[in-house]
Amino acid sequence: MASKKIHAIYTDDDLLLQAVKQTRAANYHISEVFTPFPVHGLDHAVGLAPTRIAITAFIYGLIGLGVAVAMMNYMMIDDWPQNIGGKPSFTYYQNMPAFIPIMFELTVFFAAHLMVVTFYMRSKIWPFKKAENPDVRTTDDHFLMEVDVENHDVEKLTKFLYDTGASEISLIQNEQDH
Amino acid sequence: MSSHYEAPIREPLVLGEKSYHDISVDVGAPVLGKASKSWWIVFTIALVAFLWGLGCIIYTISTGIGVWGLNKTIGWAWDITNFVWWVGIGHAGTLISAVLLLFRQKWRMAVNRSAEAMTIFAVVQAGLFPIIHMGRPWLAYWVLPIPNQFGSLWVNFNSPLLWDVFAISTYLSVSLVFWWTGLLPDFAMIRDRTTSPFQKKIYGILSFGWSGRVKDWQRFEEVSLVLAGLATPLVLSVHTIVSFDFATSVVPGWHSTIYPPYFVAGAIFSGFAMVQTLLIIMRKVSNLEAYITVLHIEYMNKVILLTGGIVTVAYITEYFIGWYSGVPYENYTYLSFGAATGPYWWAFWALIICNLIVPLTLWVKKLRRNIVWTFIVALIINIGMWFERFDIIVIDLSKDRLTSSWTMFQPTFVDIGTFMGTIGFFFVLFLLYARTFPVIAQAEVKTILKSSGESFKRLRAEHGDDHSHTQTVEAYPADAGPAANVEDKHFDSPFDSTQDDVENNEVDFEAHRGKIDNLLSGVGTFDPEMQTQDDLKRINGVGPVMEMKLHQLGIFTFEQVSRMTDREYDLLDEIISDFPGRAKRDDWAGQALILKNNN
Repeated sequence: MASKKIHAIYTDDDLLLQAVKQTRAANYHISEVFTPFPVHGLDHAVGLAPTRIAITAFIYGLIGLGVAVAMMNYMMIDDWPQNIGGKPSFTYYQNMPAFIPIMFELTVFFAAHLMVVTFYMRSKIWPFKKAENPDVRTTDDHFLMEVDVENHDVEKLTKFLYDTGASEISLIQNEQDH
Repeated sequence: MSSHYEAPIREPLVLGEKSYHDISVDVGAPVLGKASKSWWIVFTIALVAFLWGLGCIIYTISTGIGVWGLNKTIGWAWDITNFVWWVGIGHAGTLISAVLLLFRQKWRMAVNRSAEAMTIFAVVQAGLFPIIHMGRPWLAYWVLPIPNQFGSLWVNFNSPLLWDVFAISTYLSVSLVFWWTGLLPDFAMIRDRTTSPFQKKIYGILSFGWSGRVKDWQRFEEVSLVLAGLATPLVLSVHTIVSFDFATSVVPGWHSTIYPPYFVAGAIFSGFAMVQTLLIIMRKVSNLEAYITVLHIEYMNKVILLTGGIVTVAYITEYFIGWYSGVPYENYTYLSFGAATGPYWWAFWALIICNLIVPLTLWVKKLRRNIVWTFIVALIINIGMWFERFDIIVIDLSKDRLTSSWTMFQPTFVDIGTFMGTIGFFFVLFLLYARTFPVIAQAEVKTILKSSGESFKRLRAEHGDDHSHTQTVEAYPADAGPAANVEDKHFDSPFDSTQDDVENNEVDFEAHRGKIDNLLSGVGTFDPEMQTQDDLKRINGVGPVMEMKLHQLGIFTFEQVSRMTDREYDLLDEIISDFPGRAKRDDWAGQALILKNNN
């Protein structure tokens, strides 16, 4: 289905937040919102589920810890045990106090980097990716709300968005499906 | 609607009548404008120092470490001193962006970007020294746990020097991604503001195609928070591990359980001193006084006071316990009566005066808020913290257990040149950064504008805390569609002075004929044959409407605006009565002068 969308541009974050709430209350579907900075409470107002990225970070941290333990156990205990300064090298457990700094560092290393990579992949941002904000002013001081027309009356919807305080309203015809 | 209330007793963090657009303009200006003469002069000096240092490094590597002043007693000296000094400086950035984020300190937003840049550049300098010290830097990969031709002889995970490898590389790389992730929306702002196709391409790549979707922002905030949670223990671990290089040894003065917390406090102490040094200059050069205010400087001075206090307690503890133990060796350590009166008395007293006594002046509020004095104190602390590391390393080594091998350290020109070279390299990187990166996290500053901006604070003071914070934006020429945002119908503008109807913008020529001639005689006339007109909208306070009115009066260039004095401001106010006093308050002439010189 060739989808029609309406882009409503607001010039203030409070106005936008109010408009988002009114639009959802009127049962219109907001497909996207572009803002120049994180507007507090907007994700909740739009109805987004909380992000699970912190959970992935925890899992990546555990992986990092596991890698550190496996690596040092193999290198220092199994493969080539050495008596360094009279410290025990028979078991990983006995020699562990000396290994704690690197266990910690690798936990942080894995958690931080893999979480950021996950963020970039999930949000589809990477070098040479083309920006997709429909109006360049949305990285400066304008806020753009994209509303699906669906089977609503365009005139009525435009009038409604007018009354929510939009400063510019434009109808977008999408050629291909999403 | 969310409340923007903030206790009125808190001083504003953003000064002046700033709108969101003003923040974009101010942060984008150093990137989009041209470099000033002073930038080129400082850059050239830094580059020369860097090249000189590079020559010294090449000489060291091609000849051997014998070109340094090391001797049989003192086998570590300036190299490790400089290493620890630079790593320490590299601690303030992550502290500001991570610890202060966890504590929800709003003032971090104006300084975190530059502090993180400083961190990364300082850690790069620090990393150079161990690599040079290896003597054969092309074998630097031997510090990594990779299979090798020696029957897989692994690196020694019991050694604090190897912990350093892991700690510093983790710190550098995590700081880098933390910094870059925060930069994405700001690069996107530059990408969307620039008119040059080349800049558009470059910043398009750097911004990773950031679009600012609501879901992206949700993840962005979560990622920032988790990274801050990870970076906080990380930043504490890094200098802890650096201190292990000394604390796990058996040299008197090094073998000390107090080292980890004391080193961390010292690192933050020196890091904040370097942030002050850099930002006090940058806020001036890049015209960011409205964002990096005296209040920011005072807050940082308070951190310096706290960490300086911790360092002072550590010094006194070391000194007292050394004396109290009655062990004769302790009288040869860097904090002892022996050091204070021995051959290195000057290094001892440099440490005490620079790190203990001079920072005490910051207890006085007047001095803490004095920019010049803060700058001087910051420089003194930088020197003092270099001496701290020099004292720990050289004084402790100079009198070892055999009196026959007691000696002093004499640096060669290579030692000095390499150190100067890293300072040059650091400033080369920082100056390039200041010209090409958005130096303030503008997206974050925009989030605190309504709660901590001066104009909004005044608004609440005058009209009560529940007053509408809705801000109007001067309309751009609309790209498409009808303009629906009629003032007074849909919302009230908080700023009475900007409430004029945009359509009613004709200047009444007949009524002001004499005044216009008078005005033009003061600022000079514009000759379209000889001159080209400037984009007057670049002056803060001049929007499209005001520019049009100025054009109608015959003012087209920065040069004309820069000639305005009080007399011309008054005439302008009489002719265009919309914004009385605005031109003078925003200092259009001063701004135009800067813009003219940058063109």
